[in-house]
Amino acid sequence: MECQECKQNPATLHFAKVINGYKTEIHVCEQCAKEKGYVSQDEEAYSLHDLLSGLFNFDSVNLSPSQENSSNQQTEERCNKCGMTYKEFTKVGKFGCSSCYEAFSSHLNPIFRRVHSGNTAHSGKVPKRAGSDIYQRKQLKELKLELQQLIAEEEFEHAAKVRDQIKALEQNLNHNGEGEK
Amino acid sequence: MGLEQFINEAISPWLKEEGPDSDIVMSSRIRLARNFEQSPFPLIAKEEHLDGILHFIEREYNHQSLLQYKDLEFVRMEELKQIAKQVLVEKHLISPHLAEKSKRGAALISKNEQVSIMINEEDHIRMQLYFPGLQLEKALEEAFQLDDWLEEKIDYAFDESRGYLTSCPTNVGTGLRASVMMHLPALAITRKINRMIPAINQLGLVVRGIYGEGSEALGNIFQISNQITLGRSEQDIIEDLKSVVEKLIEQERQARSWLMQQSELELEDRVFRSYGVLQHSRIIESKETAKCLSDVQLGIDLGFIKDISQSILNELMVLTQPAFLQQYAKKALNPHERDVFRASLIRERFSIEKKEES
Ligand SMILES: [Zn+2]
Ligand SMILES: [Zn+2]
Repeated sequence: MECQECKQNPATLHFAKVINGYKTEIHVCEQCAKEKGYVSQDEEAYSLHDLLSGLFNFDSVNLSPSQENSSNQQTEERCNKCGMTYKEFTKVGKFGCSSCYEAFSSHLNPIFRRVHSGNTAHSGKVPKRAGSDIYQRKQLKELKLELQQLIAEEEFEHAAKVRDQIKALEQNLNHNGEGEK
Repeated sequence: MGLEQFINEAISPWLKEEGPDSDIVMSSRIRLARNFEQSPFPLIAKEEHLDGILHFIEREYNHQSLLQYKDLEFVRMEELKQIAKQVLVEKHLISPHLAEKSKRGAALISKNEQVSIMINEEDHIRMQLYFPGLQLEKALEEAFQLDDWLEEKIDYAFDESRGYLTSCPTNVGTGLRASVMMHLPALAITRKINRMIPAINQLGLVVRGIYGEGSEALGNIFQISNQITLGRSEQDIIEDLKSVVEKLIEQERQARSWLMQQSELELEDRVFRSYGVLQHSRIIESKETAKCLSDVQLGIDLGFIKDISQSILNELMVLTQPAFLQQYAKKALNPHERDVFRASLIRERFSIEKKEES
């Protein structure tokens, strides 16, 4: 078989690649494989697709009969923002957009645990601006709890102050939210 | 253009600098993956989304500078010739994916070629920084500054519990891939490396050859990188990587001195045979080139060869790749022509060193 790229050398490398969910066979010589990027110089080269598809199979094999009935529904699980379905995600092994994480969240912990040796939650850098939002949201939650307590304790004067703080924070957060769009 | 000038322009300036342990560690790299909150990831995004990102990046960052990374140049993949793209791949400034597969791919590359920010690769943004030798902390520190600088104008896809959201589940969290490129000839000659790789893998690190197919590592050049990106801080990730790399350096040095004690003459013979091949071949394949270059580099490190620049392996591994050869030849070359051209480029390269000596 000749190399499909240069059509000169014999094809010495044969792969099946999954591109956008479709399987394509590729037959190329060594030079072309490097030149055309089939042999990736990138760090993702260790076969992630295999790893991931293995994970997803594991996921579906473990479905109990009762869950199997709902598996049709499950394949219809869809990200509202980008339209990707969970089934597509398992085929491609890549998310469509940031909202997919939320849409498929019920399936993700086992996947993350496998890929990241047991971890499911981030611990590391936080973006400065979005990070300040996170901080403010945390504060907001705490203030709201405090407000409920103060009202229960009939500390109305103090409660009014806290309510003002909450309003200011909420306004600030909404304002940031608009700025992002 | 003469070869000297070609090399000067072709080789990234930082590649010729020395860094800590740069006789064994060829380079350190930090890569951070980031995405725009509002757009779908590049694999499925519509072209207008990706165009919007390109316009934004070009408008805000083209010709900007940060730290010692001056004049970031914005290059669109669709405006580059095939060979030019391939040269960027061979210099590790862009990925094969960006060169070949990305719709609306682009890169911002600093003048000193230490920083390259790929746009619309698998993620919207993949920034990478290179340092000579083992300098992971410094690279991370500056990557964070670069990241903060980009974030001033970009709303990143970030989630409190999952961290930086990426297209592939293997990058989520920190989006960090730290890697170190190492020349480990003595561990390869003594076959110790084969036993060490599984142990390193068990620590959640990946060892692979940069050049060559499958498990072979042409030129005895290995890349060690982290696999886990979620649940560990960036500092912890590079700390783990660094401690393994330091062990490997120690082992490589031990293996070198063991070889010198046990079989100095055989080693010297091996080095000079390879030196001879590189200086006199008329036809040479990339595989043999890599083997001989590794031997010659070892010969330089051990003091057998004194008149050759310390960065010869780094330099010639890049220069003898297919696209570089064709760029120097200024025409397309078939594989056989490349082998002829490779031999002549290497001969000339060594004769430059000789001229400088005399
Ligand atoms: Zn071919
Ligand atoms: Zn989505």
